[in-house]
Amino acid sequence: MKLTLGYVNIHDIQLSNESKVANGVLYVNPDDITKLVLEDEHLKSASVDVARPGESVRITPVKDVIEPRVKVEGKGGIFPGVINKVDTVGSGKTLVLKGAAVVTTGRIVGFQEGIIDMTGVGAQYTPFSKTNNLVLTCEPVDGLQKHQHEEAVRLAGLKTAAFIGELARNVSPDSEETFETFGLFEGAEKMPNLPKVGYVQMLQSQGLMHDTYVYGVDAKKTLSTIIDPLETMDGAIISGNCVSACDKNTTYHHLNNPVIADLLAQHGKTLNFAAMIITNENVYLADKERSSNWSQKLAKFLGLDGVIISQEGFGNPDTDLIMNCRKIEEAGVKTVIVTDEYAGQDGSSQSLADAHELANAVVTGGNANQVITLPKLDKVIGHLEFVDRIAGGWDKNTNEDGSITIELQAITGATNELGFNKLSAR
Amino acid sequence: MSKIKIVHYINQFFAQIGGEEMADYKPEVREGIVGPGAAFMAAFGDEAEIVATVICGDSYFNENVEEAKKTVIDMVKKYNPDLFIAGPAFNAGRYGVACGTIADAVKTELGIPVLTGMYEENPGADMFKAKVYMVATKNSAAGMRDAVGKMAPLALKLARKEKIGASCEEGYMPNGIRVNFFEEKRGSARAVDMLLKKLAGKPFTTEFPMPAFDRVAPNPAVKDMAHAKVALVTSGGIVPKGNPDHIESSSASHYGKYDIEGVMDLTAETYETAHGGYDPVYANEDSDRVLPVDVLRDMEKEGKIGSLHRYFYTTVGNGTAVKSAKAFAAEYAQELKADGVDCVILTST
Amino acid sequence: MVKEIERAGIPVVHVCTVTPISMTVGANRIVPAVAIPHPLGNPALPANEEKALRRNIVEKALKALETEVSEQTIFE
Repeated sequence: MKLTLGYVNIHDIQLSNESKVANGVLYVNPDDITKLVLEDEHLKSASVDVARPGESVRITPVKDVIEPRVKVEGKGGIFPGVINKVDTVGSGKTLVLKGAAVVTTGRIVGFQEGIIDMTGVGAQYTPFSKTNNLVLTCEPVDGLQKHQHEEAVRLAGLKTAAFIGELARNVSPDSEETFETFGLFEGAEKMPNLPKVGYVQMLQSQGLMHDTYVYGVDAKKTLSTIIDPLETMDGAIISGNCVSACDKNTTYHHLNNPVIADLLAQHGKTLNFAAMIITNENVYLADKERSSNWSQKLAKFLGLDGVIISQEGFGNPDTDLIMNCRKIEEAGVKTVIVTDEYAGQDGSSQSLADAHELANAVVTGGNANQVITLPKLDKVIGHLEFVDRIAGGWDKNTNEDGSITIELQAITGATNELGFNKLSAR
Repeated sequence: MSKIKIVHYINQFFAQIGGEEMADYKPEVREGIVGPGAAFMAAFGDEAEIVATVICGDSYFNENVEEAKKTVIDMVKKYNPDLFIAGPAFNAGRYGVACGTIADAVKTELGIPVLTGMYEENPGADMFKAKVYMVATKNSAAGMRDAVGKMAPLALKLARKEKIGASCEEGYMPNGIRVNFFEEKRGSARAVDMLLKKLAGKPFTTEFPMPAFDRVAPNPAVKDMAHAKVALVTSGGIVPKGNPDHIESSSASHYGKYDIEGVMDLTAETYETAHGGYDPVYANEDSDRVLPVDVLRDMEKEGKIGSLHRYFYTTVGNGTAVKSAKAFAAEYAQELKADGVDCVILTST
Repeated sequence: MVKEIERAGIPVVHVCTVTPISMTVGANRIVPAVAIPHPLGNPALPANEEKALRRNIVEKALKALETEVSEQTIFE
């Protein structure tokens, strides 16, 4: 597969009476968005706001973050199986509105939605303090079930991102980058002296409301399988997740998977990025065993020399992680795992729920229990009253001066287990 | 700000009193610096001063630990220092153990920050690295300059009570306390680097060494279940509806103890889960799915068990530090014991 | 938690879905449960069958408590 990403750099978003992209500015007519979103009868109201880097703005509770993209050449469209038809994506050309993101918020669905601060100490920990964010606040109709609420907001975000992406269809990109992957044999022939490296991505699938979708299929109903890494750049994998904000993979993360990016950067130089395996994290033990058996079989069948395994979430998925790692190592394939830690607020507790001596190469995204105090900010988009209830918060955690004391757990993307950030721990 | 006052501890060898033949040398205190203290003073500049040096023979210390500790602590106390430094001991085993022991004792008894340094394989390292800040040094005194270079800045930070960064930033040996910091490269790039090293058979360093878990021997079985008092405990976060004690959905700071006298069945109207880590729909519909009160009541009536204990204990396992969970359990386990509970069914989600 | 109860001298059985975690952390008597969101239930079953399922698991748990063990044991 061969895919070119064309980057249209966006350095500002302005609300306007015409939606368009011009001179690096994304202009959005809020009516276009609310009209689009309110086609869904499950949503009662929707509003649009903008949050820019450095502004005294807090967005909470954050559900998903999505990068606007549009497919301009090649088969299929963005978010196949959800927004567009299920054509196989990942080839041709896709334009990316770099520097822009759609952020969804609104009344809380579960416990595990996050905070994005555009300035102050919290901004250091979330990558989305550096993007220009079009924030979509959606409220459900009364009496809507939680999982329907989640689904309605998820689709609203994706539709909005697709709409925004479409605005850039005829814009010429500021820069381009082309990626190419090969079939197993072709790749081995082209790079006979390089180690065959794979990527095993574990998808959160403990649902309801802890779900990931692949071409529209709920990942918990799938067997471990292979996917071309380039497909993810067109939105083949999307988040439907209400797990803790710090280590859930938003749709933005899936579109910009850093493990894929860094393996592609070495592809043909120090390694042959031969294959990508996706597997799930289900709630039944039999599923955990079956799925990890399957990722082991695939790793061996594909003749891989080594793999990077990334986790999503924590707690019982630590077992899926350790199973994948142990079994793949036992098949003679070397592993590095990427995770994060819950070592307690003082850092002295056990970091992972499960362990095995074969997991001897670990990259950590840091301790999610670390406590930080977020200053009072001038403007809140969404609902501040949930900060005592989201994962990482506690009762009466808002201080007299309006600041909030909270664990990193509540910050969207803070301890990401794809290795998106520089945060770590020792 | 006034100069930081430091007392330094060294052995007979570094005090140039003698080698093995002088290892029985009893504790002695001298004003100012002796031996390696000069290198520390040079590194401190105007920031800090070694006001006194305690010298003690390694054999004497290890053969008369209690007496030696007491004497040295009295000597240190007299100077009312802001910080205590022991060593560095490099690969000298008895010196390393002495440095660790005395640093730990000074920290505990006098409540001041302490610092020591030694080679990673020094037996004193494994014994004390989790108790006191310990800088990893080379294996011989030839590494003095390097050791002082790492110890001096950390000493100043400790004395000023500044925030101490992660072990790899500050140069101390990992002490089991995980500290966050920002790396130079993002995690995915570090993972690729690590995999390439692992594939090439080159040395690499994991960012999280796998822990060893301790074990507790099983207790004897319950002999007479028909007369046993059975208690229910859960990490599934079952609480009375409305979560009256505000148990956190994740990283819980406390546990709940609830009276179920007369409660025959947990219903959607009366109980729910506070747990934020799993889909709560099923537990909220019927909390017996997590905490089987209904079934145990039946069995109580049928005489299969003696009785169901009047209270159940509940915590949220989600994101809660193992150490907190352990502390909660250690506390309520004593209550269960005092209440004459014969056995416990612990349910987890 | 399970270890602290054991340490206090009270026999304890751990009813949990992810038995490998229970093995890793060191529970001695382990009974497998149904699924993480409903360890002692199955919403897909009619109420009476679900309760029978729950009863079965609780009986296994009591059986485990009545059984002498010398090492970590999963009571399937």
